[in-house]
Amino acid sequence: MVDSFGINLIWLVPLAPLIGFVLITFVTYRSRMLSALTAILSVAISFVLSLDVLRVILTHPEITMNNPLEKAVEWLKMNGLFIEMGALIDPLTSIMLFVVTFISLLVVIYSVGYMADDSRFSRFFSFLCLFVFSMLGLVISNNYFQMFVFWELVGLCSYLLIGFYFYKESASDACKKAFITNRVADFGFMIGVIILFIYFGTFNFGELAVAISNSQDLALLTLAGILVFIGPIGKSGQFPLHVWLPDAMEGPTPVSALIHAATMVAAGVYLLARGFILFASTTTVINLVAYVGGFTAIFAATIAITQRDYKRILAYSTLSQLGYMVMAIGVGSITAGMFHLTTHAFFKALMFLCAGSVIHALHKQDIFEMGGVFKDMKITAVTMIIGGLAIAGIPPFAGFWSKDEILLVTLENGYTGLYIIASLTAFLTAFYMFRLIFLVFFGEKRSDFEGHESPLTMTVPLMILAFFSIVGGFIGAPFLEKGFSSFIYFGEPHHPEPNLMIMGMSTIIAVAGIFLAWLIYIKKAISAEKIANQFKPIYTLLYNKYYIDEAYQWFFDKIVLNLSALCNLFDRYVVDGVAHSLAWIIRTTGTKGRYIHTGSLQTYALVLFAAIVVIVIFLAGPVVGGVQ
Amino acid sequence: MSFPILSSILLAPVLGLLVILFIPQKEDKIIKIVAAIATGITVILSLWAFIAYDQEIGGVQFVERIPWVEKIGITYSLGVDGISLPLVLLTAIVIFTGVFASWDMEKRAKEFFIFLLALVAGVFGVFMTTDLFFFYLFFEVAVIPMYILIGVWGSTNKEYAAMKLTLYLLVGSAFVLIGIIAIYVYTGLGTFDIFTLTEQTYDVGFQKFVFFLFMIGFGFLVPMWPLHTWSPDGHVAAPTAVSMLHAGVLMKLGGYGLIRAGIFMFPEGARYWAPLIATLCIVNVVYGAMVAMAQKDLKFVIGYSSVSHMGYVLLGIAALNTLSISGAVAQMFAHGIMTALFFALVGNIYNKAHTRMIAEFGGLAIQMPRVAASFLIAGLASLGLPGLVNFVAEFSIFMGAFRVYKVLAILAISAIVITAIYVLRVFQKVFFGPRNPRWDHIQDAKGVELVPLVILCGVLIFLGFFPSYLMELINNGVDPFVQIYLNTPKVGGMY
Amino acid sequence: MITLNHYLLLSAMLFCIGLYGALAKKNAIAILISIELMLNAVNINLVAFTKYLTPGVFTGQIFAIFVIVVAACEVAIGLAIIVAIYRNRTTTIVENLDWLKW
Repeated sequence: MVDSFGINLIWLVPLAPLIGFVLITFVTYRSRMLSALTAILSVAISFVLSLDVLRVILTHPEITMNNPLEKAVEWLKMNGLFIEMGALIDPLTSIMLFVVTFISLLVVIYSVGYMADDSRFSRFFSFLCLFVFSMLGLVISNNYFQMFVFWELVGLCSYLLIGFYFYKESASDACKKAFITNRVADFGFMIGVIILFIYFGTFNFGELAVAISNSQDLALLTLAGILVFIGPIGKSGQFPLHVWLPDAMEGPTPVSALIHAATMVAAGVYLLARGFILFASTTTVINLVAYVGGFTAIFAATIAITQRDYKRILAYSTLSQLGYMVMAIGVGSITAGMFHLTTHAFFKALMFLCAGSVIHALHKQDIFEMGGVFKDMKITAVTMIIGGLAIAGIPPFAGFWSKDEILLVTLENGYTGLYIIASLTAFLTAFYMFRLIFLVFFGEKRSDFEGHESPLTMTVPLMILAFFSIVGGFIGAPFLEKGFSSFIYFGEPHHPEPNLMIMGMSTIIAVAGIFLAWLIYIKKAISAEKIANQFKPIYTLLYNKYYIDEAYQWFFDKIVLNLSALCNLFDRYVVDGVAHSLAWIIRTTGTKGRYIHTGSLQTYALVLFAAIVVIVIFLAGPVVGGVQ
Repeated sequence: MSFPILSSILLAPVLGLLVILFIPQKEDKIIKIVAAIATGITVILSLWAFIAYDQEIGGVQFVERIPWVEKIGITYSLGVDGISLPLVLLTAIVIFTGVFASWDMEKRAKEFFIFLLALVAGVFGVFMTTDLFFFYLFFEVAVIPMYILIGVWGSTNKEYAAMKLTLYLLVGSAFVLIGIIAIYVYTGLGTFDIFTLTEQTYDVGFQKFVFFLFMIGFGFLVPMWPLHTWSPDGHVAAPTAVSMLHAGVLMKLGGYGLIRAGIFMFPEGARYWAPLIATLCIVNVVYGAMVAMAQKDLKFVIGYSSVSHMGYVLLGIAALNTLSISGAVAQMFAHGIMTALFFALVGNIYNKAHTRMIAEFGGLAIQMPRVAASFLIAGLASLGLPGLVNFVAEFSIFMGAFRVYKVLAILAISAIVITAIYVLRVFQKVFFGPRNPRWDHIQDAKGVELVPLVILCGVLIFLGFFPSYLMELINNGVDPFVQIYLNTPKVGGMY
Repeated sequence: MITLNHYLLLSAMLFCIGLYGALAKKNAIAILISIELMLNAVNINLVAFTKYLTPGVFTGQIFAIFVIVVAACEVAIGLAIIVAIYRNRTTTIVENLDWLKW
C-alpha cells in the first residue's frame, strides 16, 4: 500500500466540500465573505489532496487501471444485496480528480467576482460545494451502485444550480427539463445496474470486469451494455437526450462552465471509460456508442452554426465535443476519449468563463447585439481567442493534440465513415467558434452597451485556464515517450505513431473553418443572410434545432398529459363510479325499505307477536303433531 | 420482569388522553403541551427499543404476555421484531411531528387531541401486538377516531370523505375478521397467537381462501387498485395531523398485515395470488402516478402519489423474497416519513394561504424558502433520489422484484420518471416563477412549525446516507421467516 | 280440584287481554297497564309451573319476584317518560307519537 496523505485521506476528497456545504448552509450563510472563503477552502483541500493522488500515481507506474488501489467500506448488507462505498484509485481516477478539483477551484474563485451582486450569494456557494462533493464521490466510485448514487446527486445539483434564478420562468423550466431528461436516462442506467448485479452478483468494477470477461452470454451483455449506456446518453447530452443541455444555460455562467461543460457532463464519458469492458464486450454496444457519439458530434455542430445566444453556441459546442469523446471511446480508445475530456475541460471552461465575463460586463447574450468588445476587455478577448484556437484544433493548442488523437484512432480502427464525419465536425467547429469570436470581439458595436474588464478574481482564473489550454495538450502529444497513452489505457498501452497526414489534414480543415468565418463576418465577402435565404428550409430547421424540443413538448403535452387526464377521469368516474353505484344500491334499498317503518309502536308489537305465534306454531308442530 | 417498554409506548398516548380529558377547553396551550409530551415519550421509548433491540438474537423481543380471555385463548401480548419495530418508530415520529403540525388548531382543540391520541394508541397496538384478536381490536380502535377527526375537523367535502374512508376500511376489516375466525376455527388450537399460528401447516385450498380474504381486506388498506379511491379523498379532507398519520401510518397497517398474517402464514396461498397482486400493484404504481399528474389540488397530488408509492410496497410483497419484502417494509417506513413531511408542509401552506390550488401559487420559494427547501426534499424523496431513504427502499424492492417479475419490475421502475415529472411540475408551479405579490403576507415556517420539518427531513437524510441502521434490522426480521416459510425445499427456491 | 291447566288458562286469558290492550289502546298509560297485565300473566305461569311440576324448588317464585321488580322499574321509567312526553306534546295518544318514523 502506498503511504501518502492524498491516498490516506482519500475520503476527505469528496467530504471536504460536503463539510463546506453543511457549514455554509447552516453556519456562515449570513456572511458573504465567510461563505466564499469556506467554499474556496474546502475545494482547495480537495484540490491539494487530488494533486497528491496524481503525484502518487505518476510516481508509481505499477498502479494501472488493471491494478488499482482500492479502499471500501461496507454500506449496506442484506440477504441478496451487498453494497460498498469505496474509492478506486488508478490513473483514470487521478486525472479526473485533478480535472474536477482544478476547474472547481478556479470556478469557485471566479464566482466570487461573478456573483458579487447576487442576493443569494451564500446559497450559490453552498450548492457549488454540494456539487463538488457529488462529482468527486462519483469520480472515486469503485462500483456501479455508488456511481449511480452520485450520478443522481450531481443531477440534483445541476437541477438546483440551473434553477438558481428560479424566479425566471425560463430557468425554472430549464432545470425541470434537465432533471426529467436525466431521469429518463437514469431509468435505463438503473435497470442496467440491477441486471448486472442480478447476473454477476456484484457492483464492483474490478469484480465485474472479471465476471464479464468470463461471461459467454452475449445477449445479456448487450442488453446490460445498452441499458447502462443510456445513462451517459442522458448525462453527457448525446442524441436523443441532448435537449436539456442548451436549456441548462439558464443557470449562472460559472455553473455552465463547471457543470455543463467541464465536469458533470463529462461524467458520462468517464463512466464509459470506467466500465469500458462492459461496453467493449459486444460489438453491437461498442458500435452503438461510436455512432451515437459521432452522430451527436456533427448534429450538434450543425445546430451551433445558426444559433445567436453566446452561451447556447457554447452549449452546442459542448454537445458536439462530448460526442467526440463518446465516439473516441466507441471506436475503442479510452485514451483518446479521456485525453479530449481533459483538454476540453480546460478550454471549454475557459470559454464559458469568458462568456461569463462578457455577459457580466454587457448584460447581453445575443452575439448579434455585441461587437468590438476586444478593445474594452482585452484579457477576456485574448483568452477567449486562445480557447477558440484550442477547440478549433490549431497546433500547438491543447485541442489540436486530443482531437488529432481521436481522428487518428478512428481511422486506425477502421471507422472511415466516422473519420469523415469527425473531420467535417472539426470544420464546423472552427467555423462557428470563430463566427462567435468575430461577432463578439471584432467589428463595430451593434447595440448600446458599456464594456469594461472584469475584476481580478475573474480574470486570473481565465489566464490560468488559458495557460492550460495552450500547453495542456503536450501531455498527450504523440512524440512523447511516456505520454497520456501510457497512463490511461485499456488492456495494453497503445502508443500512436504521429501521423503527419492526419495532423496536416485537420490543421487545414481548422484553418479553412476559421478562414470562412473571417470571410463572412469580418471581410463580409460572403453575406450570411444571403446564404441563409438561399437555404431557407435548412436554415430554419437548424435554427429550430431540428424541432426535437417541439417534438418532445408535443409528446408530453398531447400524449402524456392527456393520458394522465384520462386516467384521472377513469378514476373519478369508473373506479369511483362502481363504488358509488354499490353505495347507491344500498341507499335505495334503505329508501324503499323505510316505508315498512310506520313509526307506530303498536304496529311493531303486533307484527312481533304475530311472528312469535307463527314461530311457536312452527316449532311446536312436530311435538304436538298438528303440522307434518 | 424488565421495564414494560412496549406497554409504555401503548399507554403513553392513552394517559395523555386521560389527562387532556380533565383540562378545560380554553387551556388549549396546555392541552397541546400534554399531547406533545405524551407523544414525545413514545418517540423516546420507541427509539430506545430501536437501539436496544438485539440483532444478534433477533426474533421477537420485549415480549409481554397477559392472558385476557383464557377460555378462548385471547392474550394481551406485545412484542416487536425487525418488521414491526421500524413501523412503531415511524408511528411515534409521525404522531410527534403531527402534534406540532397541528399546533395552531383552535377549533375544539381538546377533543381533537383526545381523538388523535386514541387513534395513535390503536395504531401502536396493531404494530406491537402478537395476537390476532388484539390485532383486529386495535385496528378498529384506529379507524373509528379517524371518522370523527375527518368528519369534524376536515375540509373539502369532509363528510363524504369521512364516510367513504370509514366504510372502505370497515369493509376491508370485515374480510380480515372472517379470515381470522377461519384460521382460529381451522386450527382449533384455541389460540390467537400469530407466531404459533404461523408455525402451523394449512392445506393449500384453505391457504388460497384465507390469503384471498387477507389480500382483499388488507388491500383496502394499502390501498390496492381498484380499492384505493378512499385514500386520496380521505387525505384531502383530513386535517393536517390526521393526513400525516393516515397516509404516513394507517396505510401501512395493510402492508404490515399482509406480510405478518398473509405471506408468512400462508406461503402457498401467497404464491398462488402473488401474480395478481404484482399485476394490480403495477396499476397502482403507474396509474397512480399518472392520476397524480392530472391533479389540481396539492393534497390530491400527494394522495395519489401515496397510491403510487404503496404500489411499490405491494410489489415487494408479491415478489416473495427477502430483499423485496425487506424493501417493502423499508418503503413503508420511508414513505411514511416522506408523506408526513408532505402533508405537514401542505398544511402549513394551507393555513397561511387558505388555498391548495396549484394554479394559484407561484414563486412561493421567495416568501417561504424553508418550506420550499423541505418540500423539495420531500419531493426528491418521493422520486427516489439517492441520499434519501426512499431510494434505498425502492432499490431493494426493484432488485428483489426483478428476479421474479422482470417486465413488471421494469414497468415499476418506469414510474420513477413519471414521479419525477409530476413532482417537479408541482414544485415548479408552486415555488418557482416570479414573485407573486398576493402571497407577500405569508410568513415562512418558524418556531414550532419548524419541528416537524426538521425532524422529518433529518430522518430522511440521515437514513438515506446510513441506511444500514434501518435496512439491516428489517432484513434481520424478514429473513428468518422467508427462509423457513418461503424458501423451504419442498416448494423450491424463489430464485 | 284446580289443576295446572286452570292456572295456565287463567294466565293465557290475562296475557291475551294484556296483549289486546297493548296493541289496541291509544292512551300510553293504558298500554303501560296492559303490559303489566302481560307480565302478571307470566308470573302466574311461572309460579304455577313450579308448584305443580317441581314442588320444593323455588325457581319460579324467584323469577316472579324478579319480574315484579323489573315491572316496578319499568312503570317508574315508563311513567316518567310519559310525563315528559306529555309536557312536551300535551298528549299521551300513541298515534301522535310517531317520531320514530324517519
